Amino acid sequence: MTADGGDKRMTADEAVARLRDGMTVGIGGWGSRRKPMALVRAVLRSSLTDLTVVSFGGPDVGLLVAAGRVRRLVAAFATLDSVPLEPHFRAARERGALELMELDESMVMWGLTAAAHRLPFLPVRAGLGSDVLRVNPSLRTVTSPYADGEELVAVPALALDAALVHVNRADALGNGQYLGPDPYFDDLFCEAAREAYVSCEHIVETREFAAAGGPQTLLVQRHCVTGVVEAPGGAHFTSCAPDYGRDEAFQTAYAKAAADPEAWAAFAGRFLSGDEDAYRRAVADFAREGA
Amino acid sequence: MTGGATRAEVCVVACAEAWRGAGEVLASPVGGLVPALGARLARLTFAPRLLLTDGEALLVTGGGAVEGWLPYRRHLSLSYGGRRHAMMGASQLDRHGNQNISCVGDWGQPHRQLIGVRGAPANTVNHPVSYWVPRHSRRVFVERVDMVCGVGYDRAAAAGPRVARYHRIVRVVTDLAVLDFGTPDRTMRVVSLHPGVAAEDVRAATGFPLDVPDDVPRTRVPGTAELRLIREVLDPAGLREREVRG
Repeated sequence: MTADGGDKRMTADEAVARLRDGMTVGIGGWGSRRKPMALVRAVLRSSLTDLTVVSFGGPDVGLLVAAGRVRRLVAAFATLDSVPLEPHFRAARERGALELMELDESMVMWGLTAAAHRLPFLPVRAGLGSDVLRVNPSLRTVTSPYADGEELVAVPALALDAALVHVNRADALGNGQYLGPDPYFDDLFCEAAREAYVSCEHIVETREFAAAGGPQTLLVQRHCVTGVVEAPGGAHFTSCAPDYGRDEAFQTAYAKAAADPEAWAAFAGRFLSGDEDAYRRAVADFAREGA
Repeated sequence: MTGGATRAEVCVVACAEAWRGAGEVLASPVGGLVPALGARLARLTFAPRLLLTDGEALLVTGGGAVEGWLPYRRHLSLSYGGRRHAMMGASQLDRHGNQNISCVGDWGQPHRQLIGVRGAPANTVNHPVSYWVPRHSRRVFVERVDMVCGVGYDRAAAAGPRVARYHRIVRVVTDLAVLDFGTPDRTMRVVSLHPGVAAEDVRAATGFPLDVPDDVPRTRVPGTAELRLIREVLDPAGLREREVRG
């Protein structure tokens, strides 16, 4: 396939090279589930900084925060799921080192939906009465023009410069297929972004999609996608059902290392100082030691 | 008398009771193992029409068969539609039912960062919510929470009639007692004390004045059939005992 045919294949480093400092970047997945970790690791290898990150937060947020790449985070939480609290996120917040727009998780969904629909906001009941309005003084309410006159929160559009997501399969044109039980919000992230980069376990021929799952598994459409990255194991150490589950032993080691600066320096040196192939080799070594 | 039931087993039944009469709604026990056991117990006994998930994206029957699909996006829609009763955890709760799971201390630079508001703001203004507190203490039951994530009765009333209309905190279950907000001014009161717990124990573990009626009853203990379900079907490994002390 030629570039004229719409071939969007590129490496993770090529995708990240198209991003710029200060961008607002949405990261797909949820908590420690199907996160585009290979793309996040490529960001760690780059010099990108001053990012605004929008995420249903997991170790993607933790790694980027630990590396000092995030100026501002838009999120409802950060968790490792089986480990309730994301340690780097926690530490950065307790240092006062992270600007946070803390929203209810449905507000993140509606903010992305507003951006995908090119609307300035969407009205929701969520947030009323809570301190989400206190800690986000920029949030406004809107009053229904109809007889009920109800006051609702106007969730602002969360327009993204770029989205990073990871799915099970994609073709070279940018169509993405998820095969697990939950799509999360990866389609919304892509639709809310000017440019979306989709990594996948395997790049397949378009005609192979049908054998893997029904049409409703075709989550991401190519008209929203700028680049496709083949990244086997690209969600590691988060889960990527049904291709693999979460690497709990590795995540535990991550969380433990994150609690101590010296241990973290050693962890980062061992796993995050080389390219993706080096990462996979180091992870394989780690798995052998535990076996 | 507890009929041989442990405190954890009393708590499982007290959590199950939160869903009595809920009808055909989603029971979302998101605050721990004991509420999860309670929801399943309710479904297997007195609340058979409850919807339950597998903890991920599938709706499952009491026997574990998949009966539906509920990924996060549909879960959020269902929450907004109101056909849900969640039992959440609480790092802090105040006497009006305001709940905090976001951070302890000043929000700008918290003394201790927790998970974040998650779905608590939406849950509490859209459908019934209960809370599970496995260790009833003054650290949890505070005069004022540091960050209002789950909306309490005072804040719901101030936010307007439509918010108040959909807002309901059904109960708070702790390792010491069952509480609700049934006073005229919608502040926390004790509904029942678990077997072996004195009113003074609960007052001493609560950081604000607490209404305990003189004739406050005991929390009901599990029946034989309930105990069998808890011990043999739902939690044969006894993990519930790790969540509730002694």
